[in-house]
Amino acid sequence: MACARPGRRARVFAAALALLAAFAAPGFAPDAAAAVLPDDRADILYHRYEGDNVIVDGPSLLVRKKFADKVSVVANYYLDMVSSASVDVLSTASPYTDERTQMSLGFDYLRGKTTYSVGYIDGDESDYLARTAYLSISQDMFGDLTTISLGFRRGMNDVFRNVKDPATGAKRRDPTFGEEMDSRAWNVSLTQVLTRDLIGVLSYELVSDEGFLNNPYRQIRYADPTAPRGFSFAPEVYPRTKTSSAAAGRLKYSLPWWRAAVDGSYRFYSDTWGVRAQTFQLGYAQPVFGNWLFDVRYRYYTQDAADFYRDLFPRRNTLNFQGRDKELSTFAAHTVGVGATWQFRMNRMPWLERGTVNLRYDYMMSRYDDFRDLTAGGRPGAEPLFELDASVVQFFVSAWF
Amino acid sequence: MNRPSAIACAAALLLLAGCKPIEPWVKPYEREKLADPIMALERDPVSGSYLDHVFELREGARGAMGSAGGGCGCN
Repeated sequence: MACARPGRRARVFAAALALLAAFAAPGFAPDAAAAVLPDDRADILYHRYEGDNVIVDGPSLLVRKKFADKVSVVANYYLDMVSSASVDVLSTASPYTDERTQMSLGFDYLRGKTTYSVGYIDGDESDYLARTAYLSISQDMFGDLTTISLGFRRGMNDVFRNVKDPATGAKRRDPTFGEEMDSRAWNVSLTQVLTRDLIGVLSYELVSDEGFLNNPYRQIRYADPTAPRGFSFAPEVYPRTKTSSAAAGRLKYSLPWWRAAVDGSYRFYSDTWGVRAQTFQLGYAQPVFGNWLFDVRYRYYTQDAADFYRDLFPRRNTLNFQGRDKELSTFAAHTVGVGATWQFRMNRMPWLERGTVNLRYDYMMSRYDDFRDLTAGGRPGAEPLFELDASVVQFFVSAWF
Repeated sequence: MNRPSAIACAAALLLLAGCKPIEPWVKPYEREKLADPIMALERDPVSGSYLDHVFELREGARGAMGSAGGGCGCN
């Protein structure tokens, strides 16, 4: 498979970063004072995903605090508790439970109209360790109507595989399996005030991965007339490199007739595995009764399959690379979401500027064109196409101080 | 410096000499609507990054949507 080399793009990105750094030099904006750091706030969130016999829930806690209006520190703790008996799992393995913990710490430093950001994210699962470092630079210019941001992210991941201990039945790491995956991402975005009630954003991101990119548990299936069901399973084989590009545009508009906001966005995605995807999103936010805010959103996603994806391979070794991950198949997904926010102030707590209580619900409907539900039975290659309906609930409390 | 480069540099200097600061077409006092919290591009980061994470795990596409990733969560 031909994979694009990121070298030339990386050099272009480095040149753009140098240009922005030159713009951001102190002499360029001697009277700069308009850029601001994000507000001090704390959020505590409970999230729950439920679909295809998978339940993932847990808390997330975020705290952001400014110091001397120059530095802002942000810390986040996030936990996923997973209980899975998904179609993948039921087709080839046993239901399982797992936990994923993620912690991050970031710093923003404001100098004139330039914000420099650095941070570190640590993700920990029983069979996956992820360490990610990022840095970015953001510059306000042209009367603060324009903000340009450039960022770089580097991820270093260790992939393991859990097996069941034959003696105790407990889950433990397979000592014979250990792989690495490195990721580099470059992104650039332009935020532009277009009119007194319209703002636009253009963004682009290039991600380059290298290493073990498939799931160590997932398997392909191939036609096997000697097998009782007419097919057998074999491990997936993925390329060891992947480069993806995503470009997105977004507009947000304040309605002229009453206080409300609408926004729309579009993203085009392509990668060296042959996946092409498009994402459309529309949203509407309406404040009512002074301290309530309701919002609705709709998202449509569609993608074509990767070059090496098949639901049923004709033979065990049909292609050099072979995958049967439904996230690499051809499918479309509709997501409808609603949210309600109640804003409050408490006189007994003068340090609390304001707070909100929020409830959000999203319903996702994914329809697959070439991924079949093996648990439903039927002639190989003629089983019913898989459909995924999932609910996502978020309940969170936010406080600004 | 060869001749075409010298001409290009001279032209660039002339152009720069003619530059004046861009006048903001939306004045600070006209940004009341843009400053409304309902116009924030990312009103609730903890909620937005969670939803990006959910979509990224179930779709082949990634990037250009503001999330910073930090793990797989896909096994």
